[in-house]
Amino acid sequence: MKNLFYYRDKYVRSQPSAFCPGCGGGIILNCFLRAIDDLGLDLDKILAVSGIGCTAWIPSPNFNGDTLHTTHGRAIAFATGAKAYNPDLTTVVFTGDGDGAGIGGNHLIHAARRNIDLKVILVNNMSYAMTGGQIAPTTLHGETTVTSPYGNPEFPFDITQLVKAAGASYVAKWSTYHVLELTRSIKEALQHKGFSFIEVLSQCPTQQRRIFNLRGTLQSLPPRILDMFGESTVIRGRPDKGDYVYAVPKEDVSETLKQVESLGISARVVDHIGFGQVVRVDEEPESVKAKLEALSSVTYVADHKESKIEMGLFEKKSRPEFTDSLKEIIKKARGE
Amino acid sequence: MLKPGRHLVLGNVACAEGAIRAGCRFFAGYPITPASEISHHVAAELPKAGGVFLQMEDEIASIASVIGASWAGAKAMTATSGPGYSLMMENIGYAHMTETPLVLVNVQRSGPSTGQSTSPGQQDIYQAKYGAHGDYEVIAISPWSVQEMFDLTVRAFNLAETYRTPVMLMSDGLIGHIEEKLIVPEKVEVVNRKKSTSMDATPWGTDDPSGVPEMPAFGEGHKLLVTGSTHRPDGVRNFSPEYHQMIVYRIRDKILNAEPQIRDIHKVHMDDAKVAVLSFGASARPSIEAVQRARSEGIKAGLFRPRTIWPFPETEVKALAEQVEAVIVVEMNVGKYVKEVERAVCGKTKVVSLAKVGGVLPLAREVLNVTRREAQ
Repeated sequence: MKNLFYYRDKYVRSQPSAFCPGCGGGIILNCFLRAIDDLGLDLDKILAVSGIGCTAWIPSPNFNGDTLHTTHGRAIAFATGAKAYNPDLTTVVFTGDGDGAGIGGNHLIHAARRNIDLKVILVNNMSYAMTGGQIAPTTLHGETTVTSPYGNPEFPFDITQLVKAAGASYVAKWSTYHVLELTRSIKEALQHKGFSFIEVLSQCPTQQRRIFNLRGTLQSLPPRILDMFGESTVIRGRPDKGDYVYAVPKEDVSETLKQVESLGISARVVDHIGFGQVVRVDEEPESVKAKLEALSSVTYVADHKESKIEMGLFEKKSRPEFTDSLKEIIKKARGE
Repeated sequence: MLKPGRHLVLGNVACAEGAIRAGCRFFAGYPITPASEISHHVAAELPKAGGVFLQMEDEIASIASVIGASWAGAKAMTATSGPGYSLMMENIGYAHMTETPLVLVNVQRSGPSTGQSTSPGQQDIYQAKYGAHGDYEVIAISPWSVQEMFDLTVRAFNLAETYRTPVMLMSDGLIGHIEEKLIVPEKVEVVNRKKSTSMDATPWGTDDPSGVPEMPAFGEGHKLLVTGSTHRPDGVRNFSPEYHQMIVYRIRDKILNAEPQIRDIHKVHMDDAKVAVLSFGASARPSIEAVQRARSEGIKAGLFRPRTIWPFPETEVKALAEQVEAVIVVEMNVGKYVKEVERAVCGKTKVVSLAKVGGVLPLAREVLNVTRREAQ
């Protein structure tokens, strides 16, 4: 049995936290530290690399090991040099969606193509958060940000599929709602040989308040956004839980709720990434669908699986790793 | 690798040979004319020395991986030309701020933009000094021959490691692409970086008068915090004016205070010269020919050729102003280095600019004509 201790004392530099209250960064740092602790990895051989943006501050200055805090978008390229020269370094890259898939998107796909043994944790808060909440390559179509005041005209990347297609040999996607799964996944990535990629959907109470049009006190937002992640995601390979539908409101969600409840059906308003605020009805779809569709304030009734973001393991395969190939080249050049 | 002795090789090949002998064990680059032959030769020879060659997805990634490798303990290098050099600028600033030793070869071509992509130029010398945002001081050296592509690449590594700073080897398309005699010495003098002696190292601060801190590497247990943000001597981010001033002045002064040691000027017939031809790199080749022809005509001309172009050899150029009646600055751009010379001589002697663009060398005849005129 392990002696009790604070992860903070063992793994975190004594620093005031730079994160906004309720940020997902602390959860992800926690999952990472649990993973390296569970695996008993040698701290002196772990290098944490990050770029610019909120996510870059997850390891720097918090992680009490070697950290390389680089320029915007280039963390993977810096990490590639360190790892290629010293393959004994367990090299973990923390990057955001803007950092990793926007300005640094090219390095991301090329590192995946090489299958270099980097562990990349891409924290997706669906915006450029540190700079004020501008549209990112991950912001959903139509969403409001400071640079899309009339709605985002662009469509987002599916980064997980992009990286998988580029050749990564370990690919998973989780959210800050799924802490146990995420911790397990980081452990798998740390033990996997090859380019390992985990996208983590993360809450940003500061910027997502505008993006998801969330009213209420700042304090109320972190748990609410986490609940939204739970509501809006479905886990690959896990059996479907229960039957329910969403009554998507035409305008005012409270009006829709009132109308649904007037039918004697119990319902509640939930936050959903795909629908915004929506009325969830936990009943057999066949028994309520027609009744709900007949309501004047309902646009349509959505199946419980509709507009959900898939979480889970997307790829795990073995293929030649880059630093191993470099070692082979040295042998070949030397005629060994 | 070439055996010690005489060889006929390309300037870019000499550069690669010099790098490996200086201890370079990591190279990352991206194809670009007229620098590509450096990576061709490194790709073939570096693995034999146990080193790593990477062809990256672009020049930004090349310089980034070089910085990463340098912190992992490698003597590291990249080579490029104008467009790639422009792309590298942000991370060059990062290398200055984090005091990362590396060698960057710019085989200059005629710009701006794609310009005359295969023709030589010396237009990037200000970019070498001022290209990245913020304040810093750079070491830039300029070879004029295949032999110097070898010798000065070795020196570039030694300077980078001595002063823990990026060093620019400002070659050009002519020096990179000519074949000349190269004498490979039996042994070259190699300087290695100052490693940390204790686990309490402050890699971004030092009491040493040189201003150069020790440099630990990743994986040695130092719990390094390497950041391009303003930081305390232990690496922790701190944006106070005091820490920013401390770091900016130190990274400037560690170079400026060492200028007498970094200075490297090749002088020919300068002892009694009344007209100095000041040139560097490829344009110094027609310049020396002009000086020799002027001498045969009885004109007291001399060649003053800085091999180290940055930091600017201020005291030497000031002394030159006391000695000669005219300084003719010959360079392959619209007239850039001449401005530094004018600033240094402060009107004490006449400064003449012989600047030429178009991807062609100034002719010896052109330099000679100006020399004759100024000697009258």
